[in-house]
Amino acid sequence: MSALSIAAPAPRRAPAKVLPGFNLTLGFTLFYLCLIVLIPLSALVFKTFTLTWDQFWAAVTGPRVMASYRLTFGASLIAALVNVVFGLLVAWVLVRYDFFGKKVVDALVDLPFALPTAVAGISLTALLAGNGWIGQYLEPLGIDLAFNPNGVVIALIFIGLPFVVRTVQPVLEDTEKELEEAATCLGATRWQTFSRVIFPSIAPALLTGFAMAFARAIGEYGSVIFIAGNMPMVSEITPLIIIGKLEQYDYAGATAVALVMLVFSFVLLLVINALQTWQRRRSGVSS
Amino acid sequence: MKKHTLIALAATLALSGLSASAQTLLNASYDVAREFYKDYNAAFAAHYKKTTGKDVKIDQAHGGSSAQARAVNDGLDADVVTMNTTTDVDFLASTGVVAKDWTKRFPHSASPTTSTMLFLTRNGNPKGIKDWDDLVKPGIKVIVVNPKTGGNGRMAYLAAWGYVKKKGGSDAEAADFVSKLYKNVPVLAKGGRDATTIFLQRNIGDVLVTFESEVVSVDREFGVGKVDAIHPSISIVAENPVAVVERTVAKKGTGTLAKEYLDYLYSEEAQEIAAKHALRPRSPTVLKKYSKTFKPLQLFTVNEVFGSLADAQKVHFNDGGQFDKIYTVK
Repeated sequence: MSALSIAAPAPRRAPAKVLPGFNLTLGFTLFYLCLIVLIPLSALVFKTFTLTWDQFWAAVTGPRVMASYRLTFGASLIAALVNVVFGLLVAWVLVRYDFFGKKVVDALVDLPFALPTAVAGISLTALLAGNGWIGQYLEPLGIDLAFNPNGVVIALIFIGLPFVVRTVQPVLEDTEKELEEAATCLGATRWQTFSRVIFPSIAPALLTGFAMAFARAIGEYGSVIFIAGNMPMVSEITPLIIIGKLEQYDYAGATAVALVMLVFSFVLLLVINALQTWQRRRSGVSS
Repeated sequence: MKKHTLIALAATLALSGLSASAQTLLNASYDVAREFYKDYNAAFAAHYKKTTGKDVKIDQAHGGSSAQARAVNDGLDADVVTMNTTTDVDFLASTGVVAKDWTKRFPHSASPTTSTMLFLTRNGNPKGIKDWDDLVKPGIKVIVVNPKTGGNGRMAYLAAWGYVKKKGGSDAEAADFVSKLYKNVPVLAKGGRDATTIFLQRNIGDVLVTFESEVVSVDREFGVGKVDAIHPSISIVAENPVAVVERTVAKKGTGTLAKEYLDYLYSEEAQEIAAKHALRPRSPTVLKKYSKTFKPLQLFTVNEVFGSLADAQKVHFNDGGQFDKIYTVK
């Protein structure tokens, strides 16, 4: 084999690419993104522009709307953080250990992806309401998990879990166990091994998982709506405010609130992407 | 949005799968009217066959009342709309999809049936709830629909407000009354069925305020021994308006058929079907026949107390309105 490769020296040309040229692919990418993402979103912007600045401001800063931003973004943040911690644990167990029924557990992780969100919301409510399977034991202790912001967080944790597990899992599979063994041999404590060896290699994936779980949670409607209780100023999520505005045929007001959410989410995702790039570069330099 | 596409898709599928011979009609209606229109459509088809010798096929599209109105406005090719809130048809009139004077096109302000707001309490009525006054007592938990997201909730709110006004109270007293009432609401349901689920399945609240049709059907389904239907002294008339979608019938040429379809809703046969589904018939004879279901109580219309539902919407439910003040002004 080696003789053959020496006999036929590689031509000094750029290797043939699998995909057609950059121009064509970029063109297609832009076209496709326009079709799927930008055109619907621009309709949103145009509809919003039928409002005057004052109307827009009044629509997006009403007291109920402001309270709903706090709940939606706050609950999504908490849920995404919880998912980062426990999603990492689940991914770790699935990658590092072999046990009976692992395939089943692995498949279970994807269920929140596949389940209609309304079903998730109704089941969670049935479980956690004061007369539910779990709720009936918590109620005497004064713990209420349904029909208040707690319920919102729980629903968002449920739907966000697969995002973290599925982004971290492949990266964990690729990290070499030998590195950890080497670290231990060199006298690292368990915490040092985790914080200095494992964590840096999976941090970008964790961050992606966090961003995806967070973004998904911000837009979630179906599962939350059944468990939230939907009390103005307390447990109304922003998507419910949008539905409420549509119910009064205030299309422009609804799109205005949607636009604010969109801008918020876009900025957040942009920041997270930038963080990731920075993190990758830093860890790339240090290793 | 998702719902729209689904409804539109279902409608297209239904339309494309039809035989060419029978005339077809699409009725865009609200969620809980499903059973009523299933029976009514069969009755109408038989009646139409008998009088004209022609077959007719009626398709139904169901969804939240105002979601349906938006779908029709955005292009769902329904021939007729049958809603449970007049504002939904008003909206279609404002965009030119139905006639501006739609309330005059059919008898009784184009509402062949009505409903009203009643109470449902736990079996034996342990908290002794008899009338609206009992709902504002401290410690009573009331389940109602969020007026922001459902017509059911708007009617409950207006019924409570109208109760105070009808008893000679001022606007300020009415505002105070509804404010106290909503302070007793632990969970605001998204829609009528959601409220029923919260009250019955989740076992939350002492009393559920909802449409008479819902009260009757829950009473029937869950039977004696679980809930009690309570008739307050005064309640509101909630009209179930109907209209021909001019845009669609002009395109499809189904104007006459659509009108006949809605006209027949006023026939004794149709009124009786409505009564069986706990919708208050307009026909006095049918109403009398079903007086066991429709216990007489003092009723007032939205127009009597609020001018019109559109006015009520503006003052009470739009952003910054009276309902918002309950929660934002301390």
